[in-house]
Amino acid sequence: MEQNKRLAFSNGMRDGIPIALGYFAVSFTLGIAAKNAGFTPLQAMIVSLTNNASAGQFAGFTLISAGAGYLELAVMILVANARYLLMSCALSQKLDSKTSLLHRMLIGYDVTDEIFGICISVPGKLNPFYAYGAIAVAIPGWSLGTYLGVLMGNILPANVVSALSVGLYGMFIAIIIPPARKNKVLTGLIIISMLLSLAFCKLPVISDIPSGTRIIILTVLLSAGAALLFPVKEESDEA
Amino acid sequence: MKHNIYIYMIIMAGVTYLIRVLPLTLIRKEIKSPFIRSFLYYVPYVTLAVMTFPAILSATGSPLSAAAAFIAAILLAWFGGSLFQVAVLACAVVFVAELFLLR
Repeated sequence: MEQNKRLAFSNGMRDGIPIALGYFAVSFTLGIAAKNAGFTPLQAMIVSLTNNASAGQFAGFTLISAGAGYLELAVMILVANARYLLMSCALSQKLDSKTSLLHRMLIGYDVTDEIFGICISVPGKLNPFYAYGAIAVAIPGWSLGTYLGVLMGNILPANVVSALSVGLYGMFIAIIIPPARKNKVLTGLIIISMLLSLAFCKLPVISDIPSGTRIIILTVLLSAGAALLFPVKEESDEA
Repeated sequence: MKHNIYIYMIIMAGVTYLIRVLPLTLIRKEIKSPFIRSFLYYVPYVTLAVMTFPAILSATGSPLSAAAAFIAAILLAWFGGSLFQVAVLACAVVFVAELFLLR
């Protein structure tokens, strides 16, 4: 059993290395967003250590820099991270039913797109130590990247900061586009989402609504509409 | 009303952790409702799409460089680029485009 834990942990570390590299680059640009929201490097690093959520943290920083209220922030975080709810549901099926509460609480610390992706694709049940191995490697990449992003955002020339600022959007695109290639409903939904987002941003009256609230409204309306019109078939559910 | 940054941080950490840990600890059975399953399935795509566009256009020094990065990222992602590759390409396109655009 001890041996199994050690093997699972080192396998997790191995698979966590490319994730850590990607995290470092992306969280660096997240650090720039944090700086714009008024965070110090240490504060931003603590947010990264306690959130591990690219879209959620980005949405949070955006709202905070706009001076959003606490409730508005909580709802936004809930919506931006709602996908982790689904991932955790799926992951709960992947755990042995005898897995202890402590293990469940520790895994819950870092259910991200990438960690979830590798954990759900291990054959058989998930050994929690595999997840811990990956988390142990990925977390330093994520938190140090954020720290340096806030710090270096001040030092780097404007054109480099400008270039790095789209890194996060690039990552978002890399998450949503590949599944859309195989799924026409997703392709249409993404196009409609972007067009309506543009419209909400330009239309009189609606554009006065805070941007975070606009994101929540569009997300709930469009996802519910898509769920009603195009319920997901079981087999295509686990992307 | 002035907001406290540490309360902001606690809200972000608390809400994020609860979202992840509650299903893992509480839900031991599969969710059956097709509507809720479908809704949760679509949420990430809509949120990320809405957050990306048109916000990406004002993220850089020029809307043109951002638009170029946006299109390049979609193309690379469509043809199988990894998360890391797509993010780096988007940055590189902006950097190169702004060498010409913002003299």
